Amino acid sequence: MAASPHTLSSRVLTGWVGGCVWYLERRALQESPRRFLHLLRNVNQQWVTFQHFNFLRHMYVTQLNRSFNQQIKPKPEPVPSPFLEKASLDEAKTEIYKMRPLSPASLSLSRKPNEKESIELEPTPVIEGSIAVGTETKEEKQWKEMKLRVDDLPGILARLSKIKLTALVVSTTSAGFALAPAPFDWPCFLLTFVGTGLASCAANSINQFFEVPFDSNMNRTKNRPLVRGQISPLLAVSFAACCAVPGVALLTWGVNPLTGALGLFNIFLYTCCYTPLKRISIANTWVGAVVGAIPPLMGWTAATGSLDAGAFLLGGILYSWQFPHFNALSWGLREDYSRGGYCMMSVTHPDLCRRVALRHCLALVAMSAAAPALDVTTWTFPVIALPINLYISYLGFRFYRDADRKSSRKLFFCSLWHLPLFLLLMLTCKRPAAQGDAGGPQS
Amino acid sequence: MAALRPRRRALLRLCRAFSSGGCQLAPERGGERRDAAPSRVSRFCPPRKSCHDWIGPPDKYSNLRPVHFYIPENESPLEQKLRELRQETQDWNQQFWANQNLTFLKEKEKFIDSRLKAKGLELRAESGQKATLNAEEMADFYKQFLSKNFQKHMYYNRDWYRRNFAITFFMGKVALERIWNKLGLKRKKTIN
Repeated sequence: MAASPHTLSSRVLTGWVGGCVWYLERRALQESPRRFLHLLRNVNQQWVTFQHFNFLRHMYVTQLNRSFNQQIKPKPEPVPSPFLEKASLDEAKTEIYKMRPLSPASLSLSRKPNEKESIELEPTPVIEGSIAVGTETKEEKQWKEMKLRVDDLPGILARLSKIKLTALVVSTTSAGFALAPAPFDWPCFLLTFVGTGLASCAANSINQFFEVPFDSNMNRTKNRPLVRGQISPLLAVSFAACCAVPGVALLTWGVNPLTGALGLFNIFLYTCCYTPLKRISIANTWVGAVVGAIPPLMGWTAATGSLDAGAFLLGGILYSWQFPHFNALSWGLREDYSRGGYCMMSVTHPDLCRRVALRHCLALVAMSAAAPALDVTTWTFPVIALPINLYISYLGFRFYRDADRKSSRKLFFCSLWHLPLFLLLMLTCKRPAAQGDAGGPQS
Repeated sequence: MAALRPRRRALLRLCRAFSSGGCQLAPERGGERRDAAPSRVSRFCPPRKSCHDWIGPPDKYSNLRPVHFYIPENESPLEQKLRELRQETQDWNQQFWANQNLTFLKEKEKFIDSRLKAKGLELRAESGQKATLNAEEMADFYKQFLSKNFQKHMYYNRDWYRRNFAITFFMGKVALERIWNKLGLKRKKTIN
């Protein structure tokens, strides 16, 4: 009995978040690949279909080509301004107004700035050959007054908090909540949703606060609000505090202390461990994988109040997924990392990079077999998940052996659809609550 | 409210004075900057009635955006300290990244040349286009460059974090000071 309302809730959730997530990703892929990497670092893209990914893949390829061809040359004199000029400022204003209506609000909020950014990003890859030198006034026109306009604030804060990444983190948490063996409680779910969202906004804002000069030097991140001077560092930190405090408080007192503690710990791990570590040691990738693994854990603890083996399994799945995903993508960004001083495996230990990616593809296979053993899913799950698991392992092996751009891209693309499908299959094969009613696996 | 108008007029006059003063200062500072770092200094002057900082397009070497700081008439010592810290940090950042990017380019060219020579290939193909190495061949260079600059980045990171915190902390102090002054003035007006 408890199973059916849960199924219905899960389906509604699936439909709503799935549609939103698909739309987000579509927009996300209009931006450069590294940004997409960041967006998907903590991903749960469970409900995106294969056809969608073919479309996304096509768009991604064009962007990736651009980034591979990017050369670090001094910009020619003057660069045609990709920044907000007077006309587009008005455009921005109207776009911000459209963001006002709430509800899948955070999602439409992220749509508009990215639409603009994707337009702005197109001309920005460094152009070979010089552009005709303009007059001094043209360069002067590119100077902007550092005055914060209240109208622009929602858009700026959305970009500061990496709202799309936040949405994906929150959907990962929702997956954890839905997979937990407890009746689906809507109030608890909404509190978890909001609390995790706020915590993620805070963590992302602090991350951007720390990384201003590094972000300026990478194509993917050079249009961030702090880099462009649209917001002061003080305001960014204040915003982060205003998100972190209510977010963690909501999780601690509205849900349960364990979830609150995990949320706080994750903020700390991301801002104080992962962000500085990116420039110190390759260990940052492992820390980042833990950061990605904690949100589903939080969803699980929100539903059940405790950390069971099932929670760790879910965390483990997200943890392992990060490696083929990130390592494959970072293979194509070695030049930027090298110049910017980022310590990534793909630059310093390329063999390790590929070995770890393969290792974790195989770990995913093992974990899908462990799922029924831990009563998270039925035994149907490892069977139906086997094809996709074998495929990603195969691509991991090709990447390990070939170590070239083609194989890294194939593995990355596969990871984009593998995780959502994997989690979706888990959800459909969720072990029904043992309440006496016989039944095969949930459909 | 009426009391504010003459104050605003005075402020505007001073903005004008300082923006022109700022313009006169800029070439001198620019001169120093030209010696210090290979960046093109803009002859930009903010409009006279502006009382805010202005931010420009990314520098072509460092990719960092220069900020033209506004100097108010009644700048307190704390505000001055903040502005000077921000200016100094900006110059320091500018220099570091301009050097870093130019060094990267130079060393990359050198590496490509040496590899091509070792291979026995011409530096330019028949069509006149520059010959390049593919990503796998460049991987050695990226690894080399990163480890060579590791210590430099460590020092830079440490200094950057310190400066960033200091600037934000002073911004907070300045904001509190301004709020305090505004409250103080309001109280005086109500008393009067």
